[in-house]
Formats: sequence, C-alpha cells, structure tokens
Amino acid sequence: MSDDAAIVKEFLIESYENLDRLDQDLVVLEKNPTDRNTLASIFRTIHTIKGTSGFLAFNQLEALTHAGESLLSRLRDGLLPLTPEITTALLAMVDAVREMLKSIEASGKEGERNDRDLISTLARLLEPPAVSPRSEVTAAKVEPAANRPELPVPNLGEILIKRGTANISEVNAAVEQQNAGDPRHVGEILVEKGAVKSQEIVEALNTQQHARGQSASDSTIRVDVGQLDRLMNRVGELVLLRNQIVQYTNSTEDSELLATSQRLNLLTTELQEGVMKTRMQPIGNIWSKFPRTVRDVALGCGKQVRIEMEGKETELDKTIIEAIKDPLTHLVRNAVDHGIEPPEARTQAGKNPQGLLFLRAFHEGGQVNIEVTDDGAGLDYEKLRNKAIQKALITADQAARMTEREITNLIFLPGFSTAEKVTNVSGRGVGMDVVKTNIEKIGGTVDLQSKPGQGSTVRMKIPLTLAIIPALIVTSAGDRYAIPQVSLLELVRLEGEQARKGIEMVSGAPVHRLRGKLLPLVYLKTELRDESHGPGSDNDDSQSVNIVVLRADDRQFGLVVDEINDTEEIVVKPLGKQLKSINMYAGATIMGDGKVALILDVLGLAQRASVVNEVRDHAVVETDDQQSHGVSGTARRNTVLLFQQGENGRIAIDLSLVARLEEFPRDAVEIAADQEVVQYRGQIMPLIHVSDVLESTRRKRDVDAGESLQVVVYTQNGRSVGLVVDRILDIVEESFTQQPQSGREGVLGTAVIQRRVTEVLDVPGLIAAASKSRSLAMASS
Amino acid sequence: MANTQQFCTFFLKDRLFGIPVEQVQEVIQSQDITRVPLAPPVICGLINLRGQIVIAIDLRRQLAMEELPAEMSPINVVVRTQEGPVSLLVDVIGDVVEVEEQTFERPPDTLNRKMWPLIFGVHKLESRLMHVLDTEKACSSCIGTGEV
Repeated sequence: MSDDAAIVKEFLIESYENLDRLDQDLVVLEKNPTDRNTLASIFRTIHTIKGTSGFLAFNQLEALTHAGESLLSRLRDGLLPLTPEITTALLAMVDAVREMLKSIEASGKEGERNDRDLISTLARLLEPPAVSPRSEVTAAKVEPAANRPELPVPNLGEILIKRGTANISEVNAAVEQQNAGDPRHVGEILVEKGAVKSQEIVEALNTQQHARGQSASDSTIRVDVGQLDRLMNRVGELVLLRNQIVQYTNSTEDSELLATSQRLNLLTTELQEGVMKTRMQPIGNIWSKFPRTVRDVALGCGKQVRIEMEGKETELDKTIIEAIKDPLTHLVRNAVDHGIEPPEARTQAGKNPQGLLFLRAFHEGGQVNIEVTDDGAGLDYEKLRNKAIQKALITADQAARMTEREITNLIFLPGFSTAEKVTNVSGRGVGMDVVKTNIEKIGGTVDLQSKPGQGSTVRMKIPLTLAIIPALIVTSAGDRYAIPQVSLLELVRLEGEQARKGIEMVSGAPVHRLRGKLLPLVYLKTELRDESHGPGSDNDDSQSVNIVVLRADDRQFGLVVDEINDTEEIVVKPLGKQLKSINMYAGATIMGDGKVALILDVLGLAQRASVVNEVRDHAVVETDDQQSHGVSGTARRNTVLLFQQGENGRIAIDLSLVARLEEFPRDAVEIAADQEVVQYRGQIMPLIHVSDVLESTRRKRDVDAGESLQVVVYTQNGRSVGLVVDRILDIVEESFTQQPQSGREGVLGTAVIQRRVTEVLDVPGLIAAASKSRSLAMASS
Repeated sequence: MANTQQFCTFFLKDRLFGIPVEQVQEVIQSQDITRVPLAPPVICGLINLRGQIVIAIDLRRQLAMEELPAEMSPINVVVRTQEGPVSLLVDVIGDVVEVEEQTFERPPDTLNRKMWPLIFGVHKLESRLMHVLDTEKACSSCIGTGEV
C-alpha cells in the first residue's frame, strides 16, 4: 500500500468514527440547543474533515464541509439559534459526507455529485431565520449517489458454480425454493440437500466478502487496551498451565493423553502468538510524527535537516512502543539541536548544508534495534571532559585518564548537558540520563557511538515484548532461577580434569580461559549469599562446573551455577514493592510444576559482582560521598588494580583504564623497530616495561624469573599498549587520598591503599615517557 | 448493637491476633514457598496463588517472636493491601469474632517498642485479649527489624 493510500485509509476510519458521533451529537443538540460543548465538538469534527479533505484534494467534500463549518461557527458563537431546519440541513450534510467517503473508499474518488442545493441551503441558513419554506430543505436532501461506482458482487450461487463445487441445476433449485418462501439462505439449503459441504460454503462466503471489498470500518475494530492486557494475562496463565500439563504428561505412558497435550501445546503457542500480534504496532506509528518535529526544531535553530527512515514496519509490543516514544523523541530533537551543525559550518566542513537524520529499525536476535544517526559534528570529547569537570561529576584527574568510551558514557549522567545555551528544545540536562533509565527500565540497552566530524549514532536494543520471554532455567543451592535468553551468550561445562584446572585465580578473582581470553567468573551461590563455599573450595573438586556466559552492557562474564536445566518460555510477573530494592531480580515466574522461580536481572547481578564498573556508578557514589561527608575533592572511592614492581614497590592503576589483563609467554615477544611487541587480537601491540620508566637502573630482561609476562592492556583510540608488570596483586575498591608527587615521570602521586604506601600510575604519562626515550608507535594523545 | 466489627483471628504461639475480615482475601493451607535470597528476613518467600505471585511474610519474625517449630507448617492468611495481596504466615487459624467498639483499648505504654507500629491496640474479649494488627504495616518489609 502506498503512503497516500494509507493516509486516505486512516482518514476514512477516523472520519467514519467522527460521523457516527456527529449523528448522536446533533440529536443531543436538538434536545438541548444551547449546549456549547456539543456544538464545539461538532464544529471540530467537521473542521477536521474539511482540513484533511482539502489536504487530500477532495474538493467537493471540502466545499460541502466548508459550508457546514460556517454555519456551525455561527451557531457556536451564539449568533444563530438552532432551528430544526438547521439540524436537518446539518444531518443532510453528514449524510452527504458519508456518501462521499464511501465513494472514496470504493473508488478513490468522490464521484460525480451535485451538492449545490445543499450548499446553498447551508449558506442561506447563515442568515438570521426568515420564512424558509420547509420543502426546500427536504428537496436539498441528498439523493443516494446514483452514479457512485457500484462494484458488482457475485452472488453465492455464481461463486459455487464457478468453483465447481455445485452445478447450476442444484443452485437454481435452491434459489427457487428460497423464492417459494424458504426463509433460509441458499447456502444452508444446499448444505442440507447434501449438494455442497459446509466448509465450501464458508470459503465461498469469504470470496464473496472479499469481492464486496470489506469496508475499512468493518475490517478493523478498536479495542480497549485494558481488555487486551487482561487477555494477555489470561494467555500467560494458559501458557503456564500448558507447561505444567506438558511436564506431567511427559512422565506418563498414556499415548492418547500425550497426543492431546501436544495439540494443546501447539494451540497455546499459536494463541499466544496471535494475542501478542494484536498488541504489536509498527514503529512507524511514532516515527510518523518525527518529520514535523524535525522541521520545527530545525526551523527553530536555523538548520536544514532531512529525515530518512528505514524499517518503519518493524513491530513492537504496544507497551514498549509507549515506553520508547518519549526517549526516541528526545533523541531526535537532540540530534537536530546538538548533533547537526548550522548550514554555514557544514559548508565549511565540506558537507552538504542540509543535514541528514536517519532512523533505522530492524529485528535481530529476538530484539529490535533502533538507531538514530545524524551526520553532524559528532561528540566533542574535550568539551565533554571540561563540562564534566565543571559540573563536578568527575575530577580533572579522572577526566585526564578516561578513555573515549568512558567519556561518551558521561552524557548519560544525570545533570549533564553540553549545550552552550539552553534552548527551548534540549539542553536542560534532563535528557540522556532519562533516555537511558527509561530504556533500561524495559530491559533495553542504549549505546552511543560517535566519530568526530562525521556524526553520532545512538543505538537501542529493545525487547519485543515484556510479558513472555524465553529464558534459561538454572539451579543454585536447590532453587531454580530463570535467566533471560537475551543476555545469554553460551554455555560452558568443565568436567573432571578441566573442572579442577579450568578455573584460575587473578589474586582471588576467579577467571576461566575461554578461547584464550580471560572470562571473569561470578558464583551465583556467593552472590546470593547462599553458601560460604564458593570458588576454590574443596567441595567443587569432584564435580563438573557449569558456566553460563552472559552479557551485561558490553562486558562478558561467566556465571557459575550448580545445574543448567533447560530453556523455557516464561511469563514475567512483577515482584512486590518489598522486593523491588533488590536489583538482583527482574521478576518472578511460575514453573511447570506450579512453583515460583525468580528471574535474575543480569545487569543487576553484574553490578553486584562488580563486573560492570561504569564511570556512571563511580561518579554517583563520589558525589554522594562528597555531599554526605563534606570531604573535599581529593579523597575518592576508586577501584584500582594493584601490582607489585621490584622487591616491595606497590603500584596502582585506576581499573577503568585497564582494558584487559593478559599473560604472554616470553617467546611470543618479537622485536619491531627496536620495540618489543606481541601479536594481540589481530594487532601488533607494543610492550612497555613499567620498570624501564620507573626504575632508574634498567634491569636486564633475561634475568627476570618466570616464563611468562604479566601484561596490563591499555587501549585508546582503538590502539592497545601492553604494560609489562612484575606481579599482579589484587583489585581493590577503596577511598584514598592522593598526594601529588612531582619529579617522577609516569606517576600521578602516592596514596595509602590497603594501609600501604602505593604509587598511582599515570598511564598516558608513562607512555609519553617511554616514547620519549624510544620512538613509540602510539602517541599518548 | 452499635458499631460492631468482625475480625478474622489467628494465633502466633499463645497470642491471639485479629485482622478485620474485609481485609482478608482467603485463608489457605501451607504452600510451597520459594525463598528469595538477599531479601529482608521477614520475607519468607514467594507463593503461587492461582497464577499470581504473592509475597509471604513471616509474621513471627515481623513481631520479633521466636521461630515456628520446624515440625509445624504455617497457614497462609492472604490479606488485601494497596499493593495487592500479601500472605501472612501464622501458626493456627481461629474463629471469626464480632466485637464492639467499646471493648477496644490502645496498647499499654509498656508494649515492646518494636511492636508499636504493628499493633493498633487490643480488643478485650471475654476470655482473653485480641491484638489488632495493622495489616499494611505487617506486610511491609522494613518494620519489626527495628529499622523503620
């Protein structure tokens, strides 16, 4: 269907609804002629139809409704009293409008009409009541549009004969019987005679219905959303019941019961899909408002913006559509207001003065991805840094050490806005954090990517529906838990020898080497404080280890559980407010055996286990601390990686600077351009020995004990540098006061961490110092 | 008889408690309870009430009383709250009693402070005293632990 046809259809549905109300309103009005509200409502309806018909170039319709509108406006303003004559004329107009709408629906045209009399009647009635012969009004009554295109509708008999399901004589006999006074339909007579099967009649009727061209108002109905919600709830219950029955029958031998339950199973699934479908709406429904939004915003800030859309038809559950409407509108406004530059600046940068805003939606892995892309200036990292410092969200120190990814995430902090001046559109600092919170509330994720000079993309991943989700069921300490499948990456099972050796420790933090990369492990039992024996305990020795590899934000971690059971469709039920504060659970569900199981909130779990350590969290904690304790800027709570250097030297690196911890065999080290390098994830990564920079006397490499190098990987601008350290000690979260120290390159200062004096490493400074002494590939910018 | 009120009564150990009948949705036998790790101790867990998930509150813990002996299984008194139904775990269910307004009295000043928010007062029945429970507060998770 073309866009125009869609608009016309919508116009028709809306107008039909309005006209029905209009009939009632006019009748009410006649009884109570001074009711302003009813008059105003009628006026609005006619006004809307007039406006839209003018826009769609239905001129006759426009002329007629215009005449009606003029009359109504006088009535509304109290300049004319409502006489029965006027009411009649108005009802005649409503009828005429309805005729025209029908004609438009059937043929796309208003049809040849003559409404001049009606229009002149309406115009005449504008004048204060004179003696108006009643006959004129009746004469103006619209005669049914004789030349309205009639679609030939074949009768049932013809269809049956054409389809070859009945012969002419049988049909004729049935018709004759009907003409002779049989009150039944031809179809019924034929079925009773055994000439045709009832199934065939139904099909023929469908064909007939189709030929009639179902009226738009007949083929769709509007349903109360509450009704749909209740229906959805009931289907949820049915799904649970189905699960119970299927589970029960699987343990019986009764083949008949088994077959029945399988049919029940199938039917329930179809029903569930069907009901879910009724709640689905294309995302185009919200997008359709955006061209206007973009136009207004662009006009308001003197920009030229074109909007393009892809994937308008992508469907989402109604509740989700509602939930993403505001965040999406905000992103669109933001992109035009902040993202796209003024035309002059664009021309200077060699771009088309007209900016492009691109909306894209598509399905991927049971989720819907929505992207808002602009081809504007991209994020200005320096500006973001300064802004964050100015707003005391981070300290200058932290800012200097932050990676671009972390700086990007700053814009999701509450109270952050980079707009130089607050415009009426955006820049009030209530933007991106609300977007993020709202999207996360419905189980989605938001991510922003930006290239300076080329623009930004905000990518959202949204679940299709909230009510029923596929989930993996696991067991921990005898209880079952459901893990939403969207967070699941893979399952790993370690047995026997592997189970003992597959888990290694990074100073107390258990990890598993998954295809050569270290996967941090989290024990569900420990996180749920179910048992004291977690990692490294003797009890685990004999058993196998089950690891569920999960994704939270864009980090991965392995969740160690007692048992991995199965995947199941579960119905998400909310938890009471008494349990809302525990961020570990996303809800609960009822299992096949009727027992309740908790649904784990993977992001909450990751946060609890400190897998995800976003700047966002730090900053919030920090400001809280400062407010409540009145501590001046220097004492901060920080997560740092501690490592040992030399005999007793303890050094800390802010953990947010650490991309990864790696271990390389000594013979993997190669030399390129007088620089030690290793091959790492498809890149050549230069190595810097921390000792070279920090220690005045250079150690001889080959004296160093051990066969492998402990490397802290630091990544910036997509390039990695490996810092070779002597021994990694621990990761600690502590608040400490940093004393500035001058004169030592690569060191920010000293602090007391774990009651020991520790130097805090200045990674960019260290790299700069190292590249000074040798031409290092990567600049420290 | 002026101003009478009906109470659904139950026992915790040897104490008699009452909840206005209109606040009680139903009384059901012991159910399978799914415990909720990390939850406040008064939350015993979750039960499946005909497809609805309901929080079960251990009323003994809420009132800082000793634990129910292991061999006894508690009864669920499902009450209506603003947040939907909540199940209160009690030892034994009693009769429905009808009391007059004038038998009510505020709790004595000597009542344990922790109990203050939970107990409106007592009705002086002929044979014994009946505690009147504040249903909404009894269903809350942050009372009784002394943290309010």
